[in-house]
Amino acid sequence: MGQYQWNWGIILEEVYGTGEYYYQWLITGLGWTVATALSAWVIALILGSLIGTVRTMPNKWLAGLATAYVELFRNIPLIVQLFLWFFVLPEVLPEQMGTWMKQDMPMPEFITAVIGLGLFTSARVAEQVRTGIMALPRGQRYAGQALGFTLGQTYRYVLLPMAFRIVIPPLTSEFMNVFKNSAVALAIGVTELTFQMRQITGEYAPGNPIEVMTMVSVIYLIMAFSVNRLMAFIERRAQVPGYISGGSK
Amino acid sequence: MDFNFSAIVDSKDFLLEGLKYSLTLTLFATFFGIVFGTLLALARLSSIKPLNLAASAYVNLFRSVPLLLVIFWFYILVPLISGVQVGADKSAYITFAIFEAAYFCEIIRAGIQSISRGQVSAGQAMGFTYAQNMRYVILPQAFRNVVPLLLTQTIILFQDTSLVYVVGATDLLGAASKIANRDYIPVEMYVTVAVIYFTISFVLSRLVKRLHTAIAVIR
Repeated sequence: MGQYQWNWGIILEEVYGTGEYYYQWLITGLGWTVATALSAWVIALILGSLIGTVRTMPNKWLAGLATAYVELFRNIPLIVQLFLWFFVLPEVLPEQMGTWMKQDMPMPEFITAVIGLGLFTSARVAEQVRTGIMALPRGQRYAGQALGFTLGQTYRYVLLPMAFRIVIPPLTSEFMNVFKNSAVALAIGVTELTFQMRQITGEYAPGNPIEVMTMVSVIYLIMAFSVNRLMAFIERRAQVPGYISGGSK
Repeated sequence: MDFNFSAIVDSKDFLLEGLKYSLTLTLFATFFGIVFGTLLALARLSSIKPLNLAASAYVNLFRSVPLLLVIFWFYILVPLISGVQVGADKSAYITFAIFEAAYFCEIIRAGIQSISRGQVSAGQAMGFTYAQNMRYVILPQAFRNVVPLLLTQTIILFQDTSLVYVVGATDLLGAASKIANRDYIPVEMYVTVAVIYFTISFVLSRLVKRLHTAIAVIR
């Protein structure tokens, strides 16, 4: 390690023979990371809330189906799930659809990663939402029914508004996890931040891996911190006075 | 669409070899992760400021960056620092022990914090030193409280070991992908590993759930 040539300016140098600069690669990577994470988060939040809610419903069949969904997506590693969507699904679909997925689907890596990561995360969100609903006193559900609310109205006006406030802290960690897990998308070829880092440290500038890795790590730290602050802000704004006290000030 | 699932039988030895590596890595990382994690938790709860800060920084750093990134760190750093080409399979052991320690630390810290203050005072009143107090009074109770959480983390860890595939290690997924590429049977291979991961994780998580209720009843 004695002869390691430090060069923090590596980032401003030109990638040999491409006319591009290393910092541009990292910015592109950051863009894909944020795009993948945010799109997946939208899917996860919508689908996860739906499935988490269904799991607490009186209908045994629906609740069982939702539980099966959660178990399926929670017990297979994310990278394997992405491989299933990317390599397996086009082969087992009817031939025309499979061919379309392989040849004509726009941005196949990105779309597969968003859907795969979104569904993977939705199972986790569902679990948190369910916990939030279960944490409410039983009386709340009865109160809604006593007021003559339908099941849908009870959820909409009584249970969910409180449940979502309770689960903001665990949802914060899931939101941060989406950003971290988006790195797995490199396995199917999304050129996100970690992909760019591997590219640079592997082939293009193998002499200065420590500087590049440090910078990429700092970018991830900043992202995690920003998400954390954003969620703390939302938590403060959503507080019901005198009822649920905010976890982080 | 004709699938050749008999190819799996032909390659089962190689797959089992990969599974064995995944499981060994899981057990190794769980053991050392819990040992380092306990030390980190003690440091985080210590009244010595620098120790406390260092442990917090360690834990927050590793919990904020993707595991995949950390896998690349060590894959590149270990040979750079040691000067020895250890290879992906071996550097993964170090990576996972160090990375998972941060997660185990938080679980164990929660366990220690769930013990009432009176227990600490009681130990001190008995004339126990700090180490004795931890060893005989606090930690046994703390661990008992968090056994289900530690086991759940181990299941997550088992699933996470699949990520070593990206640096070319031959874990279960790595083995499957090598066969998939050699014989051109990606569908058969990836479906098989998905089923294996699912079965192991699902059965284990069911057992943890059962253990959880069993412990809850006793208390």
